[in-house]
Amino acid sequence: MSDITKQSLSELVKNIKDKKLSSEEVTKAFIDRSEKSKELNAYITEDYSSALEKAKKFDQKPNLDLKLPGIPMAVKDLFCTKDIRTTAGSKILNNFVPSYESTVTQNIWNEGAILLGKLNCDEFAMGSSNETSFFGNVQNPIDKNLVPGGSSGGSASAVAGQLTPITIGTDTGGSIRQPASFTGTVGLKPTYGSCSRYGIVAFASSLDQAGPMAQNVKDCALLQEVISSYDSKDSTSIDFKRNIYSKELTNNIKGKKIGIPKEYRVDGMPKEIEELWQKGIRYAKDCGAEIVDISLPHTSYALPTYYIVAPAEASSNLARYDGVKYGFRAKGENLIDMYEKTRSEGFGAEVQRRIMIGTYVLSSGYYDAYYLKAQKVRKLIKNDFDEAYKKVDAILTPSTPSSAFKIGEKKDDPVSMYLNDIFTVPVNLAGLPGISIPAGHDSKGYPLGLQIIGKAFDEQNILNIAYAMEEKIAFKNNITDWWIK
Amino acid sequence: MSKDKSEYLIDRKDNQYEVVIGLEVHAQVTSESKLFSSSSTKFGAEPNTQVSLVDAAFPGMLPVINEFCVKQAIKTGIGLNAKINKRSVFDRKNYFYADLPQGYQISQFKDPIVGEGKVILDMPDGQKEIGIERLHLEQDAGKSIHDLDPQNTFVDLNRSGVALMEIVSKPDLRNPDEVSAYIKKLRSIMRYLGTCDGNMQEGSLRADVNVSVRLKDSKDLGTRCEIKNVNSIKFMQMAIDYEANRQVDLIEEGKSVDQETRLFDTKKNETRSMRSKEDAHDYRYFPDPDLLPLEVSDDFIEKLKADIPELPDDKKKRFIDEFKISSYEATILVSDIDTAKYFEEVVAKMGKNKDMKLAVNWITGELFAVLNNKNLEISESPISAQNLAKLINLIKNGTISGKIAKTIFELMMDGDKDPQIIVQEKGLKQESDPKALEALIDKIINDNREKAVEYKQGKEKLFGFFVGQAMKASGGKANPQLINEILKKKL
Repeated sequence: MSDITKQSLSELVKNIKDKKLSSEEVTKAFIDRSEKSKELNAYITEDYSSALEKAKKFDQKPNLDLKLPGIPMAVKDLFCTKDIRTTAGSKILNNFVPSYESTVTQNIWNEGAILLGKLNCDEFAMGSSNETSFFGNVQNPIDKNLVPGGSSGGSASAVAGQLTPITIGTDTGGSIRQPASFTGTVGLKPTYGSCSRYGIVAFASSLDQAGPMAQNVKDCALLQEVISSYDSKDSTSIDFKRNIYSKELTNNIKGKKIGIPKEYRVDGMPKEIEELWQKGIRYAKDCGAEIVDISLPHTSYALPTYYIVAPAEASSNLARYDGVKYGFRAKGENLIDMYEKTRSEGFGAEVQRRIMIGTYVLSSGYYDAYYLKAQKVRKLIKNDFDEAYKKVDAILTPSTPSSAFKIGEKKDDPVSMYLNDIFTVPVNLAGLPGISIPAGHDSKGYPLGLQIIGKAFDEQNILNIAYAMEEKIAFKNNITDWWIK
Repeated sequence: MSKDKSEYLIDRKDNQYEVVIGLEVHAQVTSESKLFSSSSTKFGAEPNTQVSLVDAAFPGMLPVINEFCVKQAIKTGIGLNAKINKRSVFDRKNYFYADLPQGYQISQFKDPIVGEGKVILDMPDGQKEIGIERLHLEQDAGKSIHDLDPQNTFVDLNRSGVALMEIVSKPDLRNPDEVSAYIKKLRSIMRYLGTCDGNMQEGSLRADVNVSVRLKDSKDLGTRCEIKNVNSIKFMQMAIDYEANRQVDLIEEGKSVDQETRLFDTKKNETRSMRSKEDAHDYRYFPDPDLLPLEVSDDFIEKLKADIPELPDDKKKRFIDEFKISSYEATILVSDIDTAKYFEEVVAKMGKNKDMKLAVNWITGELFAVLNNKNLEISESPISAQNLAKLINLIKNGTISGKIAKTIFELMMDGDKDPQIIVQEKGLKQESDPKALEALIDKIINDNREKAVEYKQGKEKLFGFFVGQAMKASGGKANPQLINEILKKKL
């Protein structure tokens, strides 16, 4: 089978279970394609030879009852992987090899999957274009010199470019959904507390959430079912009844009430986005859903709120990278000098910017005006959703205010970069699940995504809606393999 | 300086100053494992052998609260007669230091687990109530070791993450003696509860001391200085004495006291400025997003309350009522839980015909002296409560004299020997046979006729001489009471 890498996860699982493909064949195919795809710069660390060994070992005694039997996959380099370098896209962790495994990746290996390598991402997941990575830009398989989005840019690029059948990313303000939207793939940010944060390099603890990224909704559902678990090692993990998402997946969404929030019609939104949204509304209706106009009045405060809360937490979370215990250390005259040099040389500009913003908003004299107020607004934003969910089962919005942009286009304009997250950030602030599915193309032929936001713990419902709409939309990603010589 | 019974005032020319003191006591929670990790807290281990990934702040590591430490803090709160807050919040206190791996300390800032309470001090001139402002849980930092190498500082993270209770008093203390009594009382309560071993040498109990001065009878508080991390009662007292005088001198010179953090130099016996208010850290406290607010139910608190043992104040009351001992004696006996236990065991073993007076005297006299001499805790006493009780009973029932008892007491220390056996082996039983004693006394009077005459003529002092002779002749074993009676009769 020459087109192994074109197969979806579900197909690969079926073929391995039916013994039509071995894990080794599948693993080799993705390694070969990854090897040919170096130009995408999707990987930070490759672990191919070890992956092949594991695949061979799997084939010797295949356990076909597992959910991901012998399936190779690469993961975002924000997940700590035992004995495999974990960098978070930063120079400061360039040489860091954890002695432990994150809960989410452990769940994946427990179901039979095999690690291919670690995928590029914005430094400490701070970015919307993967341009802040110490390991360089990632190319979007859609077009040369196009950003894949971020921060899970390497993950999105690898799935869209078929370097891995599925992957996992993390989403603090849109870091799964925005790159999924930019690359024509599916990305789910689960409810806060659904996936354990244990072993994930922290950006903003109250917002960070791991989630699946895949070619289609069904694969996404299967991976979500694997990674979501209650974990006593994460005090914010929530013990709720988790569905068997892939099994319970249905395209019957008749009578589901889907809300359209008027506040998401922002000033200066491209016509294409508005049209995509309208198209989405029609598809939802075609699927039998009922469309309801709703209001989320505090939407416009979400982005400023996010850019106070996230940097505040980040400034504290990143204090541990001080050159004392592990990671990069610069030589200094004394302790303070060593700190300053280590952190000046070890962190990139965007990370430093956010540490400074975070430090500022927590400073005495500013705390009340910024951090405390942001927490109050965050509550109001959550209340907006609670109100809306009295009337609707889910909410439909565009995933991003634009399609993917050129590498370098917004690099020097942080505010315009931050605006990328305008539709995704409220979901993180409210701790809700949200999924981005590819829904069309803009005039340049670049993919555009729609976002479906659910009630807390209601992943099944938004997966179902996404599944039904996916069928109607019948999106085709236009990948030319331009990078393969 | 005037030292009336209660007042500690600093005199300068026409002015008298009062000293106002508040303490922030850091008490290490007695717990097998740390506040947010399962690492051991055992004292004295090799450096960096009790450090988990959480304690060393590895990427992606998360704190998980140790329920036992929460219970310990609540129990301590109950022991301090304090309000237990059903909802408390862990905050991050952010600052950089080599022995602070996370770059922040997890503490409780706005919403501590325990609110206002009080402790009662027994001072020579009566009781004094000291208000407790709050008690909160926090992590300890690691230890920086600067003196092992001329160029490098070493860091030991064994302490990193160990649970501490910070107990903040109201500024109700007025002199070094009260500070001493306060620390001892806190220590006593926590040892009764088993929530802190109070071992100051091992750093389980240390304090930041806030000192200010004001003119006597003034109601306003002066500007305070905080003396950081003082780890013995003696040093606290010395530091307060020095610092209060320093502040008074400044005021008398027309200068003002700057609010600052100071260090106590134990060698030079002085406090030195560490950092001024302007240089104070901005700790950027905010709620730790890795931890949910800590919520405890009424039921949880009630169950802990039911577990609280009899505490020193109640025990003291009971000792006075039940054993008819003085308030002073009871205070000494209850101050340390092990002393109280020892005393109660002695009382129990004495059986029906108890002599409380003897028990108190022997414990606070002979036994304390021995322990003090040998630098032992009462729990390590070379003489068990059971054997001390036997010894007291031997005195009480007249088998031995108090004097002989002291000899036996010395012998008992060798392997906690049974005093009855010693009495038998050494033939130390008291001579209480009146006939034998009469014969003995007759002989002494015969041998000292002249003195007997002198006595009869009114030289009463000589009575002691005869008693001495009788005791000597009996080898110290004669029953002194009988000797007295017989001598009076015969002379």
